[in-house]
Amino acid sequence: MGERKPNILGPRQIEQLLDKVARTLPQELTCDECLAELDRFAEMTLLGQPAEKAMPLVAQHLAMCRDCREEFEALLRALRAMQAEEAPDA
Amino acid sequence: MALKRSNEAWLAALRASGPERAAALDELRAQLLRGLGYALRDRLGSANHPLLEDAVQEALLKILAHLDTFQGRSHFLTWAQKIAVREALTMLRRKAWQDVALEDLQPPETDSNDWTPRALAAPHAHPERRAEQNEVMALVMRLIQEALTPRQRRALMAVAVQGMPLAEVARRMNTNRNALYKLLHDARRRLKAALEAQGLSPEDLLAVFQEAGEGD
Repeated sequence: MGERKPNILGPRQIEQLLDKVARTLPQELTCDECLAELDRFAEMTLLGQPAEKAMPLVAQHLAMCRDCREEFEALLRALRAMQAEEAPDA
Repeated sequence: MALKRSNEAWLAALRASGPERAAALDELRAQLLRGLGYALRDRLGSANHPLLEDAVQEALLKILAHLDTFQGRSHFLTWAQKIAVREALTMLRRKAWQDVALEDLQPPETDSNDWTPRALAAPHAHPERRAEQNEVMALVMRLIQEALTPRQRRALMAVAVQGMPLAEVARRMNTNRNALYKLLHDARRRLKAALEAQGLSPEDLLAVFQEAGEGD
């Protein structure tokens, strides 16, 4: 199998790009605008509330932005762990 | 053991002076450090990496400078932890990518024979499916070449092919993360419009990659 040249997108990358293009909105949040809402979004998520429905623009940005999604997941890990620390018998 | 402070208590203590403020800062520092340790220990291999202390220091400065923007819609520690996470990951990414240059990833001319279709499409797809996927891939690459500005193309390829974090691409393109995100957003909108101008929907093209029945 030939080596893929680094200047083109492979099938998985094309698929990911098309998915993002499909979900592209005329107006989207920037990373800082998403961050501004991330604490609320994370707490809703932890409480099992429908965060994506309540804050759809945040959800959409997280779907578009790998870096913000990584930050969101890290925040969830931190919060869950701190929660577990405080209520070890829960 | 950290006392559980209310949001109001945190704000009051951090806006106070002298020992009350110092104690609150110490407590906050400890909490944020612990939170980051949990969040990033897999990535760092340790919950006690020195970078985390640097990140918490930077985060504390930002938190203190922006106390007035905390609207009380979440717990104060959630809000503060969020700032610390952003700071830590930004630093981590900068370190991880510091020796990586932005490659000049120009897509090839689409009428060239640079492609090796066999290597590119899903290896288990039926020949017909693979041919369809190759067509879609060629179309998308052509649109990237033709419908985007050079700057949009450069940013898109760096993020999609090199996997470079947005802030790192931004730094190399003399801009910031938010502006880079907007650049990528513009690129996506252009691609969407270009597809629609050809009577194609991204969903239909996606289906070529996702239909069941692939492989043996």
